Amino acid sequence: MNRLDLNTVLDWVPTGSRVLDLGCGDGDFLARLRDERNVVGVGVDIDPENIVTAVSKGLDVIQEDINDGLHCFTTNRFDVVLLAHALQELTHPHIALARMVDIGEEAIVSFPNFGHWSCRLHLGIKGQMPMSRAMPLRWYDTPNIHFCTVRDFEALCLTLQIDIIERATISGLGQSALGSWLPNLFATSAIFRIRRANG
Amino acid sequence: MAEQFPQDSVGLVTAQVARFDEPFTFENGAVLPRHELVYETYGELSQARDNAVLICHALSGSHHAAGFHSPEDGRPGWWDLAIGPGKAIDTRRLFVVCSNNLGCCDGSSGPNTSNPDTDMPWGGQFPQPQVKDWVRSQKQLAEHLGISRWAAVMGGSLGGMQALQWAIDFPDWVDHCVALAAAPGLTAQNIAFNEIARHAILSDPDWSNGNYLAQGTLPARGVALARMVGHLTYMSADGMSDRFGRELREGSFSPGDNSEWVFQVESYLRHQGTRFSTQFDANTYVLMTRALDLFDLSAGDGGSLVNALSRSEADFLIASFSSDWRFPPQRSIEIRDALLAAGKRVTYANIETDNGHDGFLLPNPTYEALLKQWMQRVGPL
Repeated sequence: MNRLDLNTVLDWVPTGSRVLDLGCGDGDFLARLRDERNVVGVGVDIDPENIVTAVSKGLDVIQEDINDGLHCFTTNRFDVVLLAHALQELTHPHIALARMVDIGEEAIVSFPNFGHWSCRLHLGIKGQMPMSRAMPLRWYDTPNIHFCTVRDFEALCLTLQIDIIERATISGLGQSALGSWLPNLFATSAIFRIRRANG
Repeated sequence: MAEQFPQDSVGLVTAQVARFDEPFTFENGAVLPRHELVYETYGELSQARDNAVLICHALSGSHHAAGFHSPEDGRPGWWDLAIGPGKAIDTRRLFVVCSNNLGCCDGSSGPNTSNPDTDMPWGGQFPQPQVKDWVRSQKQLAEHLGISRWAAVMGGSLGGMQALQWAIDFPDWVDHCVALAAAPGLTAQNIAFNEIARHAILSDPDWSNGNYLAQGTLPARGVALARMVGHLTYMSADGMSDRFGRELREGSFSPGDNSEWVFQVESYLRHQGTRFSTQFDANTYVLMTRALDLFDLSAGDGGSLVNALSRSEADFLIASFSSDWRFPPQRSIEIRDALLAAGKRVTYANIETDNGHDGFLLPNPTYEALLKQWMQRVGPL
C-alpha cells in the first residue's frame, strides 16, 4: 500500500481513538497512528516475524488468522477497525467485513480496484488475468484470491447493510480528477470508510 | 574466575535465605508457625526500586533460574536462556528475583525440611500449598527485599499460571505479566496425568506413607515413574521422532538376535526418571501436582475468566508453543481472549516448534526474539 493511501487512512482516524489494525504487518502504520494520532492500537497478524517486529515498536499484537472469524474481539471494543489491502487475500471477505463493523464503530477498508481500465484491457484484449506493477503475481500463485472492483464492493456493502461514510480513490498519480469522476475505471485502489447501517 | 563463564551469563550465583517468623496461613487453613524461602537475585535493584522482575518456576523448577553455582558447574539455571546481561531479561538494567516456592524441595520450607516443633522432617505432614499461597508468600519476600511493585512477573507452565495469579490477586503490584505455555486451569486430562504420577509414588513400597525420610527409605522407583510420565507429556511426538526415532541403544534388529532390546527413547526416559528420583522430593512432587490440579484462575469469580482478569492492571505477554499438548495453544488463547474481552493490553504469539511444552525452556529464534523485544517495555526506560 503506498503512502498516499495511508495518508488518507491517517486522516480518517480520529485522534486518541482505539484502533484495531487487521493485517498490521510489521506495525509501521500502527506505530505511526500511535505517534501522530495518539491512538491506542492493537495489531493482528498471522506472521511470527511481523509479530516480533511490531512488538519491537512497542505495539500490542495478536497472532491470529483473520479468516478464523476474529471471535476474540468483542463487539464495539474499537473506534476504528482497519483492513489495508488485505481484503482480496481473505477466504470470506464478506464475513470479515460484517465482523469488522460489529467490532468497531467504524471500519476503514482499502483494496486494489480490479475494475481499473488496465485490468479490463488486459482481460478484454489479451484474454488473460491482469498482471501489472501493482499486481505482479500470476493467478495460480498469489495470496490475492478475491479481487473485486469499486462497484462490487459498494454492492456488497448494500447487501451487508453497511453504510459508506466516505470513499477515496487513488489513481496512478494520487487522488486525480479522473479517479473521482469514474472511480471504477480510473482508480487503481480505493479506500472506504464504512459502518453498520442504523436499524 | 568469572572469565570462564559465557559473556552473557550472570556468572557465579549464590542462593540466599529469607526467614519469616510470623505464622503463614495457607488457603486450606493450615498454619506454618515460621518458614524460610530460598531465592536468588541477579542484577542490581535500582534506587527507585522500579526495575524488579519476579520469575516464577514450573513444577520441578527451583530458585536457580540463571548462572552457575560453582566454577565447575556445567549446568546453568533453568532459564539461563532468557536471563543475563544482554539477554531478554537483561540483568544490566533489571533486578531479577527467583524464589523456590513454599513446599518445594530446594531449600524453602517444605516436606524435606525439619518441622521446628518436632525437629523431624515434615514429610507427609507439610501443608498443601496452592498457587495463591505462593503468590502471598512471594509478596512477603518482596517486602523483605524492599520491593513494593514488580516491573514484571513472569514464568512458564505452572510459573506462568502463578504470574497470572499475581496479576489478579495484587493488581497494583504487577506492571507487566508474562505467561508462557500456561493455562487458566487444569483440564480433566491434565489432572489425570498428575494422578498417574501421584499413584506411581504412593504405590511405591518405599513411600512409607510419606515419612520415608524418617524411615530411611526413598520411593525412587515411584518418583522415577512419575517423572517418566510427566516428561513424556512435555515433549511432542514429532520432536521425539526427530530425536530418538526407532533407534536402538542396545540389541539389534538382525534376524536371530535375541538380546535385550533398549530403544533410545527408553534409555532416555529411564535416565530422566532415575536422575530426577535422586534429586526431587517425592512429597513435593505430590504437593506440586496437587497445587496444579487445584489451580483455577476463575474460581473466585464464578468461573468467569474475564471477571477475574478484569481486576489486573498489567500489560500481558501470552505465548504458546505449537506442539505443546500438555497446555496446548488453545489454553493460552482462552487467556488471551479473556484479556481482550476485559480490555487489557495483551500481545499473543504461538511459537512454531517441535519442542512441545518444554518450548519455553529451549532455544528458538522466534521465541527468543519475541521475548527480548517485548521485554524492552519492562522497567524504567
